[in-house]
Amino acid sequence: MASKVIHAIYNDDDVLLLAVKQVREARYHIGEIYTPFPVHGLDKAMGLAPTRLAITSFLYGVVGFVVSIWMMNFMMIEDWPQDIGGKPSFSFLQNMPAFVPIMFELTVFFAAHLMVITFYMRSKLWPFKTAENPDVRTTDDKFLMEVDAANLNVDDLSDFLYKTGASEIKIIDNK
Amino acid sequence: MYTLSSKLKLTAIIFVIVGAIGLVIGFLQAPSDLDDVREMMAAEEHHADPAESTMVEADFAKAEHGMLLDDEPGRNVEEKEDQAAEAGSHDTEHLEHKLHQLQNKPWAAVYVAAFFFFMISLGVLAFYAVQYAAQAGWSPVLFRVMEAITAYLVPGGIILFVLLVLSGMHMNHLFIWMDPEVVENDAIIRNKSSYLNLPFFLIRAAIYLGGWFIFRHFLVRNSRRLDEASDNYYFKKNFKLAAGFLVFFIVSESMMSWDWIMSLDPHWFSTLFGWYVFASLFVSGITVIALISIYLKSRGYLPFVNDSHIHDLAKFMFGMSIFWTYLWFSQFMLIWYSNIPEEVVYFISRIENYSLPFFGMVGLNFIFPLLMLMNSDYKRVNWFVVLTGIVILVGHYVNVFVMIMPSTVGESWFIGLPEISAVLLFAGLFIFVVFNALTKAPLLAKRNPFIKESEHFHY
Repeated sequence: MASKVIHAIYNDDDVLLLAVKQVREARYHIGEIYTPFPVHGLDKAMGLAPTRLAITSFLYGVVGFVVSIWMMNFMMIEDWPQDIGGKPSFSFLQNMPAFVPIMFELTVFFAAHLMVITFYMRSKLWPFKTAENPDVRTTDDKFLMEVDAANLNVDDLSDFLYKTGASEIKIIDNK
Repeated sequence: MYTLSSKLKLTAIIFVIVGAIGLVIGFLQAPSDLDDVREMMAAEEHHADPAESTMVEADFAKAEHGMLLDDEPGRNVEEKEDQAAEAGSHDTEHLEHKLHQLQNKPWAAVYVAAFFFFMISLGVLAFYAVQYAAQAGWSPVLFRVMEAITAYLVPGGIILFVLLVLSGMHMNHLFIWMDPEVVENDAIIRNKSSYLNLPFFLIRAAIYLGGWFIFRHFLVRNSRRLDEASDNYYFKKNFKLAAGFLVFFIVSESMMSWDWIMSLDPHWFSTLFGWYVFASLFVSGITVIALISIYLKSRGYLPFVNDSHIHDLAKFMFGMSIFWTYLWFSQFMLIWYSNIPEEVVYFISRIENYSLPFFGMVGLNFIFPLLMLMNSDYKRVNWFVVLTGIVILVGHYVNVFVMIMPSTVGESWFIGLPEISAVLLFAGLFIFVVFNALTKAPLLAKRNPFIKESEHFHY
């Protein structure tokens, strides 16, 4: 695939956002952007498809809710009914108020943990993975935009990127 | 500048007139003595099956009681005579009870509706003060709408105060602790009488209302003066005023909820009641801001309000609905679990006689907004917000209903002429006052230091 890319480094997230808009208007292709923190509105500026993570989160929450109902019904009603504070222990519905905190917590637990795991999987992150980050400074205070340069005039492209406010430009030839 | 359309004005006036007529009929229909109640109950029994079944049950219990005593025939005769006499006196006692409840009914209907619309404008005032105290950048384009809604605070508050005074003059029996005969025979109320006595009660009400009126007056006045000012002096002043108001508000609101609602059940207490009422008034207020903003926008009056502002209001509606549910359930669960008689009566009377509104409002106030407004995109769809908003308002009316009715009319409740008329009357008054107040100032608070940020606000 396209092997030649340009790494343009920006110092400020607002400059980066404006640059992204200009680069896309000029019909250059942005491969990836590395930032030290989430930049609000960057996904829209880059034209990325809206995330479906929220939908998965909702579904995981529903799963957690159902699991909690099944779990509490099995533990407290079917398997080992106990008399706690004289509350009716033979009917799920009559004992339900006591289970609401558990239902709530398990809904949140499932939604949050499974969503994070899904996010890791979609981002191809796992323990001991070597970082894909091309420049360690993007973990501190620099913003890096990776632009495809294959079959393009590299000089024109770097001039253009300088004009958008890039502080540093590197041509990477990946062979 | 907004001009009140004659159509809206006419609607408001029709609401007021129809509501007033309905209420007068409601008051006239209330029974005036025991014979009326007897007639009403006789009429009811003809077409009410559930009442019959309870009668049968009661008969069965009496029969059982008789059977147990059958081994002593001599005493049994005596017993039977006693029983008959007791049943007679019990019957009139029951009728008197019913009479008081039915006499209370139109008063309670007025009180519920008056409080409901008052609490909307109070909630908006609190929300408005929060915006100033937090120096929020997104909301200044909505300030004039909020200010207009708080205009209802003054007439609404005065009406409520008059209602409280009328209760104090024994025009009705909403607050049983105001009846000296009841207090005399009730040790629990007697012990509370240093707090729950009429003069102190009215003084407190005057302090809360006066405080809110004064804060509202100065907050709005400074906001209007800021339009003409050349510096941010009035903004800074409002910042301090809003912070002061919030301190005063959270204490006075809490005490107001004990006085005006919780004292209807003078034996019962709940430590989070103030928060519970606060959640209800806050979410209703925010919902009304959203509804009125969307209405004005649809008429072309608020070109600077964009979908992101509606989105933010919808987020508040969503979040505060969950907050209300959290408090509703927290109050319920602790009392249900500990099952202490003096606490649990509150929920027993609600679950036995008000099961549908008591549990139904969780659907209206929690499940419906939760599912409708969960998706981020739906919060920007105006008709979604309007639909959810109407359901939330109905739900919180029911919430106030369930807070007030069980202790004033007991099991003799139904949503009839006085309830609907009272809502119409106060809705008409509310619409008239609020939209009239909107005409008093430009719809954009143009000198607010955050107005640029607010106009450009986007999500």
